[in-house]
Amino acid sequence: MSELALAWSNVILILAVVFSFAALLSWIERRLLGVWQDRYGPNRVGPFGLLQIAADAIKLLSKEDWVPPFSEKALFVLAPVIIAVTTLLAFAVVPVAPGIGVVDLNIGLLFFLAMSSLGVYSIVLGGWASNNKYSLLGGFRAAAQMLSYEVFMGLSLMGVVMLAGSFNLRDIVAAQEDLWFCIPQILGFITFTVAGIAEARRLPFDLPEAENELVAGFHTEYSSMKFGLFFIGEYVGVILISAMMVTLFFGGWLGPLLPPLMWFLLKTFIVIGFFILLRASLPRPRYDQLMAYAWKVMLPLTLVNLLVTGAIVLAWKS
Amino acid sequence: MWNSLKTMWTIFLHMFRRRVTIQYPDEKPVIPPRWRGRIILSRDPDGEERCVACYLCAAACPVDCIALQATEDEYGRRYPSFFRINFSRCIFCGYCEEACPTDAIQLTPDFEMGEYDRKNLVYEKEDLLIDGTGKYPGYNFYRVAGLAIKGKDKGDAQDEAPPVDLHRLLP
Amino acid sequence: MATIHIDNRPYPVKEGENLLQQCLSLGFNLPYFCWHPALGSVGACRQCAIKQFKNEEDKHGKIVMACMTPATDGARISIEDPEAREFRASIIEWLMINHPHDCPVCDEGGECHLQDMTVMTGHTYRRYRGRKRTFHNQNLGPLVNHEMNRCIQCYRCTRFYRDYAGGRDFDALVLRNEVYFGRHQDGTLESEFSGNLVEVCPTGVFTDKSLKQHYTRKWDFQTAPSVCVHCGLGCNTIPGERYGTLRRIHNRFNGAVNGYFLCDRGRYGYDFVNSERRIRRPALRNNRSEPLQPISKGEAVQFLAELLANGTRIIGIGSPRASIEANFALRTLVGPERFYAGVSEQDGRLLASMLDILGQGPARSPSLHEVELADAVLVLGEDVTNTAPLLALALRQSIRRQPQKMAEKMHIPHWNDHAVRAAVQQEQGPLFIAAIADTKLDDVATEMFRGVPDDLARLGFAVAHAIDPRAPPVSDLPDTMRTLADTIAKALKAAGRPLVVSGMGCANVAVIEAAASVAWALCNTGHAAELCFAVPECNSLGAAMIGGAHLELAFETVLGTAAYTGIAADTVIILENDLYHRADAAAVDRFLAAARNVVVIDHISHATSARADVVLPAGTFAETDGTLVNNEGRAQRFFQVFVPQGDIQESWRWAQDLITAAGADKDDPWLNLDQVTAACAASIPGLQPILRAAPTANFRIGGQKVPRQPHRYSGRTAMLANIDVHEPEPPEDPDAPLSFSMEGYPNHPPPALNPRFWAPGWNSVQALNKFQDEVGGALTGGDPGVRLIEPLPAGKVGYFTNIPSAFERRAGEWLVVPLRHIFGTEELSALAPALAELAAKPYLALNPDDAAELGLATGDDSQLQLQRNPGQKYRLPVRLEPGLQRGSAGLPVGLPVLAGIAVPAWGKVTGVGQETPS
Repeated sequence: MSELALAWSNVILILAVVFSFAALLSWIERRLLGVWQDRYGPNRVGPFGLLQIAADAIKLLSKEDWVPPFSEKALFVLAPVIIAVTTLLAFAVVPVAPGIGVVDLNIGLLFFLAMSSLGVYSIVLGGWASNNKYSLLGGFRAAAQMLSYEVFMGLSLMGVVMLAGSFNLRDIVAAQEDLWFCIPQILGFITFTVAGIAEARRLPFDLPEAENELVAGFHTEYSSMKFGLFFIGEYVGVILISAMMVTLFFGGWLGPLLPPLMWFLLKTFIVIGFFILLRASLPRPRYDQLMAYAWKVMLPLTLVNLLVTGAIVLAWKS
Repeated sequence: MWNSLKTMWTIFLHMFRRRVTIQYPDEKPVIPPRWRGRIILSRDPDGEERCVACYLCAAACPVDCIALQATEDEYGRRYPSFFRINFSRCIFCGYCEEACPTDAIQLTPDFEMGEYDRKNLVYEKEDLLIDGTGKYPGYNFYRVAGLAIKGKDKGDAQDEAPPVDLHRLLP
Repeated sequence: MATIHIDNRPYPVKEGENLLQQCLSLGFNLPYFCWHPALGSVGACRQCAIKQFKNEEDKHGKIVMACMTPATDGARISIEDPEAREFRASIIEWLMINHPHDCPVCDEGGECHLQDMTVMTGHTYRRYRGRKRTFHNQNLGPLVNHEMNRCIQCYRCTRFYRDYAGGRDFDALVLRNEVYFGRHQDGTLESEFSGNLVEVCPTGVFTDKSLKQHYTRKWDFQTAPSVCVHCGLGCNTIPGERYGTLRRIHNRFNGAVNGYFLCDRGRYGYDFVNSERRIRRPALRNNRSEPLQPISKGEAVQFLAELLANGTRIIGIGSPRASIEANFALRTLVGPERFYAGVSEQDGRLLASMLDILGQGPARSPSLHEVELADAVLVLGEDVTNTAPLLALALRQSIRRQPQKMAEKMHIPHWNDHAVRAAVQQEQGPLFIAAIADTKLDDVATEMFRGVPDDLARLGFAVAHAIDPRAPPVSDLPDTMRTLADTIAKALKAAGRPLVVSGMGCANVAVIEAAASVAWALCNTGHAAELCFAVPECNSLGAAMIGGAHLELAFETVLGTAAYTGIAADTVIILENDLYHRADAAAVDRFLAAARNVVVIDHISHATSARADVVLPAGTFAETDGTLVNNEGRAQRFFQVFVPQGDIQESWRWAQDLITAAGADKDDPWLNLDQVTAACAASIPGLQPILRAAPTANFRIGGQKVPRQPHRYSGRTAMLANIDVHEPEPPEDPDAPLSFSMEGYPNHPPPALNPRFWAPGWNSVQALNKFQDEVGGALTGGDPGVRLIEPLPAGKVGYFTNIPSAFERRAGEWLVVPLRHIFGTEELSALAPALAELAAKPYLALNPDDAAELGLATGDDSQLQLQRNPGQKYRLPVRLEPGLQRGSAGLPVGLPVLAGIAVPAWGKVTGVGQETPS
């Protein structure tokens, strides 16, 4: 098999898995929420309600693809594409297992950060192009929220980089052979988790959508597959953040007995489950609380982590 | 933070609880008798229509989904010549039942009224009228009202004195 | 103005009025039953109890009845005093002890004064567990339903029926707690005002029997301000519609016109709107031997447009029962010179004469309220009870003016009804009635005179001469008449507000001129005399002001026998008019046969529409808007109550459609009523003020229209669900500032637009109190309507000199004179089933002596042949009428079979089977 064919098969495989997993996640999430809320969740279409995904897909595809006449049409159409593209691109650097992965970039971590911060354009532009007050408010919130949380998201990872001594994600995984970074980098782990949830706009940080005050926030005016793209984008985002957390803090594919791929998938799924548990249990903060939390708690914590890690690394190295 | 974690733990533990969901179409729920479901018109213990077409239910209805027309039989008994409830508008608030002075209109535990065609949700008197007294047995409005109807002349109702003799001259 | 303290706050009040009325005027909610603004106080029900204090220091006070206590400056009273409250609550509890458990099946429910007052006093729970008193009901005829169990013995019914309206066949019977209000036996109530019992009764003892046929609660009626179309007085009404049918008429208070009451013709005549005889679709026939075939509106307009485009020469015939706008639209369609008034030559002359007298003479035409204030009245030749019923009711009040002065001298306030009546006993003010036959008002007349119309006119002229010697004397006057004339003249001259009443009842111009002469003679001798004419139809004066040649000329024009040849015509458009009611049947037959095309625009099918080639469905008063001019010369707007089904539309819209379809050079078509009204006001002299009769369609309060449906209107999403489950959009109304929905301005609109009387806590008709500045007075914002005719200053006009000569009997011939009936003679109300039951049956009235001479007795068949048209023989049962002058015979004109007969006329009367005496 040529190298090119291998690369392409990698790309297609990962794309297919990510997409189908994102779709499956919509079912998994609802079932898990059901489990934690003493009910069933979707269980009537197909075995265990699995075909609910197909039903949803059919519904989304067959709905009227409506572009509001008052909207900024080009941007309106572009916005959902951006989010889907950027989150999928970020997947390129995720080291799934040895030999599985799209590219092995030296600056993989920076690429991930860059892509995830591009995603915010989708939300802001979508909210603005909708020309609707709820959408615009959602867009505003997204912009401020992403800006604030990205600041310490990057910083929180610097500890990991220092420990691993590389921006290459495969090197970072390899560096966790002995000890997963979630132990030495506990502060970095916590802050990255919080930032990751905020980046994925998941509850409790889903203020840009906040359906009980903003109708549906930035995607109020979206319907059919354009809404579907936002939807997929969100789930892909969840998978991405989970995968990154596994890579950066839980030793990626490393583990005994089971093949590396299985370890990666298992760890990722547990992290996703944790995200869903968050959604099931925590209320949404007020907007000012959200901002204060980022700037007054999380940012200082990250900086402290950076300083301490830096000092330890320096001391240990010297 | 600690609170949040505690909450998450509590929620997580719910994984091991019994589900409260009743698998409705396969498993029938127990509906209490005072459930506010499909509306019916009942009959009095004599088997006559209880509704006297007073229009109070229509007036009480917040979505104005009750329309009727009063009429009278040859003896002066009031009844509705038509009585229509548009269930596609009904919000099952039960105000009509509360307003009804004769216990005629009642909400029942039946809620399985789904239709594919909205117009099938328009119920006429034939669809509403049942053969029994419903939730309130025993009450018969015309037995306490002053109006004379067939078989009940003036003075025959509950707690009524015989009609005054206009030609009696005694003081 | 005096100041009284109510619950320690000062309020300005009118000194001498009773406290109840003043408290209500100030906006307090004080319960009451027996008091009525028009009937005064009797203090019977004890419901309006309040606390009165001697002075500021007095904390104890005493309970008084507000309705029996005059307001004096500095008085201190308390409405909220706990003892007074408890007293009122106890009174209600007593009144409710025998009240049956009937509200759900009672027609009064939802607009019941007793319900309102019970809620107001807080009596929510019945403690009484004993037996309730019951009564048997009476059948009081087709108009009023009787349910005696509900009575609370307030005596309002007898006070209205007997004391106010002069009825005799209804009274309080039996004793103590068994008092019964009814007749001595079952039977139709005789009074023409019996329907008012429905509104006067504070609870459901008397209810509307015609409403019972299609019962609807007050909150479910779609209503609009309207004007009665069944006589010329223009009483204000509130017609109520539900499910597309008109269901009742309620009184709409207008302080200047009808006040609190309506006559039974006005109240029950509405049912013609629901008649089987309504024209609901356009119809056409191509051949006169075929029946009319229904066609679509478009086809009808198309057909008529072709007709008009083909150079057909058309004329239009208007109608005094159609609105000003409808008449004017037809006039515009055919052109003023081709427009004919829809009245006979005789009626046209009478109306023109009245307009002339009122507009050029010094005597003012009074409103009905002003009639009530007159203190000496001469009724000349008019049977007002039958031609203008509410005028008779007003006259019954006028005779109380002079005796009231006696009561005032005894310091009895005018509102203390029982005391005033006890003080004046049988005293009454002067009311002289000169009429063809006995009238129902005779029981209160000071003196009466009976004669044929010419003799009535002579009496009038004699009175005028007796008042002002400058008026021409009457020759050959018998002594009795001269004495009577002197008596009348003396009484009129002695009065402060003398009034002369006449009208078209005699169908005699001399009678009208004589009445005018009397009024003018009074004016010329320095008395502020008023002159009131009764006219037969709702827009008689308005149509007369629009003008147009009379009907007979239209006939001659089409037949080609007109004296001048200026106009020729072969097509005639007849607007809301049954010509067989206006002219001799044979003449109408000839006319309709001669016209190549007969187009009838009307809402009711009748003999004329049956012979038409094209019939267009017009709306009734309840389905259209328009302006009517009443006998006073007051223009009043009536508004559409509901949207009719089918192709029915306003007459003026038909005219507009035809104008547009014919391509007549008209710059911009009329799109709404206001444009028609404006065009009419601009082109007809004297009609400018009609623009002010009511606000225009653009009128909004806070950007909102006035809702025709009350806020509790029910069934919106269900009433049409059997037809279509999707609720239709409420219809637009381009013609009126009222909407066909519940949405709109929720508070009091201007009086001319007020569709109902309702106030929080006041669901009954008594809510009216909240719409008046002072209870019993004018509506807040002024009584609706605008006067078109004002008199010229005194002394400008010369007296009429055309005095007829005395009546002389002719051997073998009878002067047939008109007799009037309230029910059955008016075309539209006669179609209402309830009134049809009461309608007079055709008869021929004869003086008993004449009848004896002819060998006829009551009920015998007689045959009447009019000299003018000997071929036509009428077979009628004889009725004896002692009041009729010998040599005259009375004919109840206007009844369907006798319609169109012009009287007075000479004719022969024979017994059936008898040979004509030579």
